[in-house]
Amino acid sequence: MISTFLLFDPLSLFFLTVIGVVSLPSAIYSLGYFKGEFTPAQKNLAWSLLVFFVASMAVVVTARHIIVFLIAWEIMSLVSYFLVVLDTKHEKSIQAGMIYITMTHVGTAFLIAAFFVMYKHALSFDFSVLKTACSTMPETTRNMVFLFLLIGFGTKAGIVPLHIWLPYAHPQAPSSISSIMSGVMIKTAIYGIIRFILFILGVNSPWWGVTLLICAVITCLVGIIYALMEHDIKKLLAYSSVENIGIILLGVGLSMFFSSIHRPYLAVFSLIAGLYHTINHAIFKGLLFLCAGSVYKATTTRDIEKYGGLIKTMPHTAFYFLIGAMAISGLPPLNGFVSEWLTLQAFFLGAFTMTGGMKLFFGLCAALLALTSGLAAACFVKAFGVTFLALPRSRYAKDAKESSKSMRYGMLFLSILTVIFGLSAATIMKWLAIVSGSALSVDSSAMSFSLNNFVLAPQIIKINSVSIPFLALALGIFGFAGFIIYRHGRKEKIVTVQTWDCGYYKLDARNEYTATAFSKPFRVAFSFFLLPYRRTQKIRESFYHVKSFAYETHTTPVFRKYIYFPVLAVMFKTAKTMRRIQPGSIHLYLAYIFVTLLLLMLFMNNF
Amino acid sequence: MTILFIFLQLLLFIALAPFFSGLITKIKNNFRMRKGPGVLQPYHNLAKLFSKGETVSETSSWIFKTAPFVVMASSLTAALLIPVFILSSPLRGMSDFIALIFIFSLGRFFLSLAALDTGSSFSGMGSSREMFISSLVEPVVCLAVFALFLQFGSTDISASSGLHGQSVSSLIVACALFLITLAETSRVPVDNQETHLELTMVHEAMTLEYSGRSLALIEMSSYIKQMIWFFLIAQIVFPINKPEFLNLSQTSFWILWYLTRLILIAITVAVVEISLAKMRLFRVVDFLGFALVLSIIGAICAVLGV
Repeated sequence: MISTFLLFDPLSLFFLTVIGVVSLPSAIYSLGYFKGEFTPAQKNLAWSLLVFFVASMAVVVTARHIIVFLIAWEIMSLVSYFLVVLDTKHEKSIQAGMIYITMTHVGTAFLIAAFFVMYKHALSFDFSVLKTACSTMPETTRNMVFLFLLIGFGTKAGIVPLHIWLPYAHPQAPSSISSIMSGVMIKTAIYGIIRFILFILGVNSPWWGVTLLICAVITCLVGIIYALMEHDIKKLLAYSSVENIGIILLGVGLSMFFSSIHRPYLAVFSLIAGLYHTINHAIFKGLLFLCAGSVYKATTTRDIEKYGGLIKTMPHTAFYFLIGAMAISGLPPLNGFVSEWLTLQAFFLGAFTMTGGMKLFFGLCAALLALTSGLAAACFVKAFGVTFLALPRSRYAKDAKESSKSMRYGMLFLSILTVIFGLSAATIMKWLAIVSGSALSVDSSAMSFSLNNFVLAPQIIKINSVSIPFLALALGIFGFAGFIIYRHGRKEKIVTVQTWDCGYYKLDARNEYTATAFSKPFRVAFSFFLLPYRRTQKIRESFYHVKSFAYETHTTPVFRKYIYFPVLAVMFKTAKTMRRIQPGSIHLYLAYIFVTLLLLMLFMNNF
Repeated sequence: MTILFIFLQLLLFIALAPFFSGLITKIKNNFRMRKGPGVLQPYHNLAKLFSKGETVSETSSWIFKTAPFVVMASSLTAALLIPVFILSSPLRGMSDFIALIFIFSLGRFFLSLAALDTGSSFSGMGSSREMFISSLVEPVVCLAVFALFLQFGSTDISASSGLHGQSVSSLIVACALFLITLAETSRVPVDNQETHLELTMVHEAMTLEYSGRSLALIEMSSYIKQMIWFFLIAQIVFPINKPEFLNLSQTSFWILWYLTRLILIAITVAVVEISLAKMRLFRVVDFLGFALVLSIIGAICAVLGV
């Protein structure tokens, strides 16, 4: 019975692992987080929704029947909608929920359309039957199905410009749920892309991969630039999820491209990079959201301009956030470094085997990925520095208390995983080779990617390799050596003094660099895209005396302003026009039904 | 034996690193018709800093105290990765160019955090600017590595030493990397090591609150980092073919040649610093944009195979 509806091949198992790895610590964390945050009734509701949420995601990644998949997909979307609007105190939750549910259903509509086309061709909903049937699909239908699937799953994953719901919905949910939404739920869309496009449909047109690569590069850059501008810590993390989805899709897109031109080795390698980043992002984004939740709970605000100095009052949370921030910035020897290195290598190796313009395209993609990782580092220096360092900027931050034990255990668990997934990269890569081989229907057992248990090396041409344990060891030894040199034979005193204040009477938190100031150079450099807007106003008591100064700066939400609002405007206008055919007369409605029937009868044979 | 050699190379590297900064300062001063401090001044500075007491801001946390060790560790690890004298060591295959960039960013990440930790607006400014410049540097380095990779078939730094003679592409890439080196080692026109004006400083602003041994460690790390960048350019512009350590005279010849290459680059840096003015921060975008264009041209040349 189970085997007719569910399947447990390596790809499904991998995504089940991703779900488990984040859901478990998030659940432990919820024990402490829900306490005091919600009323008992809300708490019970949240727990049952959480269970349904995780279960529905598990079914999504294990279904082997399209109907089962769609039902689970809908349950997942609806349950997460209820989780987004759980906190009804906030007006914003309702709005965020509205945007989320609209977008996700637009996506689902595309998915259903794609599935029906596939069904019409295969006359079955079973994955294995579909897989065999899809190989004989005509070219135009294939392309259409691909585009529909890309839009459908792209909406869930948050590919730019379909990312619009993500920064609204993810922050509004309770933090432990945000960590599952950002860490895992958007990954089910990655699963969908791999399962339906790579596995079932099979890629044979190179332009699919190229399309996905272009989308992915844009997603990376837009995501991280918006994250840099953001001051709401959870929104910042949500935008950074958009960026990371882009990095994952770079790996997946490359894999698509290579499998369409029959380079199985490179396809498997690129998919490994993509999958590695999938699980890495799940881990560190889950971790960062949990930390953000702790900070939010302790300070009751999400505005990082009101934080500061939290490293002293919340040392554990600060440490875990630092680990997460380092991992997401791709710093060795943590896990983010491994997957970014692998993705860059996939581009380089790919370029080596291509000719002409394709080479350059890959090079430019790699360069933009490097730019993204540089901006991500800046973004998380800002996020960590402004939140946890220096002096508290508000009384919320001053009175913050360290979070409860269960919350800390959740974060500790994910921090440890961050380190493990960095250090044991070679072993994990071997497992991922099996997963990615099975997803691409390629025998990957003969492909050797690693020299031994510690070194990562895609052995295709000469030597490109890196050993994470070696780097960790070297960094550790040299750091320790630095410490010894620092301490050795020291007789001089270390004096604690005030920060140098240029002779000014006393520095306080108002002199600190803020998040807005930190991101200023980026705002200026990317002003062609961000279209920043600033207003300064002198507030005068009299003509001669300026009492205070008002300063305001915004960036223009380009996608909302130039894509979504016009579309919405057209929709409302059409709806208004359409209202005329609905005057409320029952006779007219009966006539409509009659005409419809007549038309259907006339054209029945054409369908 | 090889391990001993690697450590010897590392020690030599560390010992020589401050010399190049001293050399550049000396040359600059001579150009300005000044006498200037001696070439060995950086060593004296380090020795002085080591014997001094230290002040730590009361605002700061353990990030501020740990950052010098992390910065030191990142610079030394990077130095360990690059194959200075030994080309066929077990470390070959570890000296990945991309990994090197990420290792540098580890040190920079912590130094920027430490700067924010003091709560001074100067340091915050430095931190913001440093991250800004470095994030724009990344794509240039990536494309430069890409162009080299297309020629050598490996992102390994030691791979470039197998090259016989230079190609157009690698020379253009070397130019791009030279501009990047100016930015990464806080030289004019991107930054200025000599001033403490709030409008101009980037790196100096970040280390403003550091003193004593902590400062010495950070200074030392930036010397090492600078030497690594010089070395990388030298390796591309003056590639060496087959080093053989058969006898003492040959070995000493190679060591001399290695040093001469680095000195040539140091002289170029000094000349560039003397003849340019410091740029406004937002002009640096154009400067790095130019470097990006150079590296794209380098990549195109590499694709064309010239």
